[in-house]
Amino acid sequence: MAKGIRDKVAILGMGCSKFGERWDKEADNLMVEAYTEAMADAGIDAKQIDAAWFSTAIEEQHVGKSATPLAVALRLPFIPVTRVENFCASGTEAFRGAVYAVASGAADIALALGVEKLKDTGYGGLPQRGRGPLNDMTNPNGSAPGNFAQLAAAYASKHKVDPKELKRAMAHISVKSHDNGSRNPKAHLRNKITIDTVLNAPTVAEPLGLYDCCGVSDGSACAIVTTPEIARSMGKKDLISVKALQLSVSNGLEAQHNSWDGSYFATTRIAAKRAYQEAGIEKPREQVSLIEVHDCFSVTELVTMEDLHISAEGGAIKDVLDGFYDADGKLPCQIDGGLKCFGHPIGASGLRMIYEMYLQLQGRAGERQRKQEPVFGLTHNLGGMPMRNVAAISIIGKYGA
Amino acid sequence: MTKGILSFGAYIPRRRLQRKAIADTHTWFAPGLKGQAKGERAFCNWDEDAVTMAVEASRDALVGRDRAAIETLRFASTTFPFLDRLHSGIVAGALSLGDNVMAVDVSATQRAGTTALLEGLSGEAETLVVAAEKRDAKAASPMEMQSGDGAAAFVVGKGKPVATLLGKASRTADFVDHFRSLDNQYDYQWEERWVRDAGYMKIAPAVIKACLENAKVGAADVTYFCMPGTLSKIANTVAKAAGIADTAVVDPLHANCGDTGAAHALVLLAATLEKAKAGEKILVVGFGQGADALLFEVTPELAKLPRRMGVSGNLARRKEETQYGRYLAFNDLIELERGMRAETDKATALSSFWRNKDTVTSFIGGKCSKCGTLQFPKTDICVNPNCNAIGTQEPHHFAEMTGRIKSFTADRLTYSPDPPSCYGMIEFDEGGRVMIDFTDIDADQLKVSLPMRMMFRIKDIDNTRGFRRYYWKAAPVPQS
Repeated sequence: MAKGIRDKVAILGMGCSKFGERWDKEADNLMVEAYTEAMADAGIDAKQIDAAWFSTAIEEQHVGKSATPLAVALRLPFIPVTRVENFCASGTEAFRGAVYAVASGAADIALALGVEKLKDTGYGGLPQRGRGPLNDMTNPNGSAPGNFAQLAAAYASKHKVDPKELKRAMAHISVKSHDNGSRNPKAHLRNKITIDTVLNAPTVAEPLGLYDCCGVSDGSACAIVTTPEIARSMGKKDLISVKALQLSVSNGLEAQHNSWDGSYFATTRIAAKRAYQEAGIEKPREQVSLIEVHDCFSVTELVTMEDLHISAEGGAIKDVLDGFYDADGKLPCQIDGGLKCFGHPIGASGLRMIYEMYLQLQGRAGERQRKQEPVFGLTHNLGGMPMRNVAAISIIGKYGA
Repeated sequence: MTKGILSFGAYIPRRRLQRKAIADTHTWFAPGLKGQAKGERAFCNWDEDAVTMAVEASRDALVGRDRAAIETLRFASTTFPFLDRLHSGIVAGALSLGDNVMAVDVSATQRAGTTALLEGLSGEAETLVVAAEKRDAKAASPMEMQSGDGAAAFVVGKGKPVATLLGKASRTADFVDHFRSLDNQYDYQWEERWVRDAGYMKIAPAVIKACLENAKVGAADVTYFCMPGTLSKIANTVAKAAGIADTAVVDPLHANCGDTGAAHALVLLAATLEKAKAGEKILVVGFGQGADALLFEVTPELAKLPRRMGVSGNLARRKEETQYGRYLAFNDLIELERGMRAETDKATALSSFWRNKDTVTSFIGGKCSKCGTLQFPKTDICVNPNCNAIGTQEPHHFAEMTGRIKSFTADRLTYSPDPPSCYGMIEFDEGGRVMIDFTDIDADQLKVSLPMRMMFRIKDIDNTRGFRRYYWKAAPVPQS
């Protein structure tokens, strides 16, 4: 295996806009909001940015194609800017582009920014859109919750779990994220809820109810990266560095080959294993301090606990109900509220997860700061649907750890 | 080799609207409907039309038969969805009959079904004759009460017939008891008493007489008399005039199906073949701008046919519908607020459709000639991770394969004309899998490992351009 990215790149600064229904803001306003925070944090000038990566997924709903919306919004001085799209994993992809550019030596300082402005559709949920001529002729006209809901049927059948018990564990996940979101001033949803709120909510796609689904939000997040040497030369101390960046992309096996049972993410399992190896982590359940996962739906978070090799296969329900992943548990998951409550502006989400880990590792997370000092923060950013998806894992941590 | 009917099949949609539900809504306006508020009528799911029903009836008729033997396909209906597109061509594609089949649409009269059957029996070629009708009727009309949707199919030609044609007769007359034109979606009908006295009673007995003379069979020897007609007791009245015993008149399926228009004479024939015995004689009459009469004699081969759904199997596959609103919505008789998600453009790229017709219409996937793995759709590189051979995929027909639900959902967010939208992963017993829409299923039926079969259905309707695209969906295997 290649030597990997561990400790080759440091985060110089990060920023994140408030997420939510930003009725009064355009996408470029949101980009500037995240960018100015990141630039102030990094303490650099725009002229010092050598290259930029721009992530957005449903561009037809707001900025349109190409990288020019970022270059224009930030008035970047005619530098190379690349737009990336890889479903909901786009944000981590932008980060990967910037990190790799710095690691290769092609750029000293690189920027990654993600944005999504989704609340101009006229209805709740993700926009309905064409999927290409052939897919439109054959694929179910499904929604995102409908696609992910199927995990529950397959998981309950495989592990012989009473669907009611599974639904209870899923409810616990949402209650926990609302608790966490209530302590996050930038979060889209800040209300606390109870198990009954979740269980009594209207059904969206069996067995997912309204509170099993994350919010669709407007928002932007930004990262500025450089080498540890340059960061130190700028007077930065207690560096936060990139430990691993892994991606696994479905090749059609899950959709077409009977070896996949529908109850887990084949991609996440592979990407996580590679990420731990790249970061030098041998016992993730003990070594990882915090995780931010792609909790687009409660059931996604539940099975992801196993796919990240933290809960044993079939053991996620118990861990969840034991409070293992609660903010005061052994390994907090979504300490910022997650997609569920921080919100899910698609192209920004991967960067938002890294932003939270970055704050937590520096002890800057305010009211929601993890008391026990974090060393490694893992983010899991997933796009697509269970049978065909992109799983992106990043691990960041204290430099040298 | 003897010529005749070699096989038969039928299809009746699963939903049965209770006539009482119609009457409950409309008797304030049309009190006459109250007297008709008995029994139930079959009606198409939102994703069914004459084409999809024709495919299902044909599959039923083709059980155990070599499809490559079919040389001609005649499809009869007066409710074809297109004015200019060969519907029998769609059916031929869905049945994978092969490119060399001669396909013909027969239309414009309620006796289109019997005419297509007559023509099929006149030629030398092995012919698939199918008739299907999705009746259009105005809300609160008697026709809405009396009609049903359905289809029947027959394979005719040389071989070992289950019934031979003993005699036939036809008469043509521009007797306009009703009409439907380009400018009018619904029937315009003249007075029933005139239709009976000047139409049926003048035309039908004369054609029957000619047919029986042609066959040299006496009217008293007719075991079963199949003649559709929504006028009260019209078949019995005609039978009496023709000298046929009243006991020979077959049940018009009014109580549990309704009159399926141009398909109904053939639906009644199929239903009769399900119970007939060798030596019995079946007289079939189709009425509409004249009449056709066909006299068949059942042979001992009938008892040897493999099991099929037939009319009785389809009638048993039944979902009682008390929501008249669902019928109104499915038939565009009411303008529903369908929500913004329904605004998604359903345009079809016709070039892509043509290029992918094997996948989309014929449901042909791939079988790796190297490792034997089945996969859908067919791709250049085998999906088996231990094979991944390039260019080894042979066409494999998935349409007749059965499978089981692997994962599922009932989606209430996405737009569906009949929410919730049920879909999921089907794993085929023989191998391979597909993520696909489900149909003819209720959310509370969904469970992992439920046995499913494939059905040809409307995938999407493009209201902007008047196009509709068809594809396959998974439906529960009928309980026997």
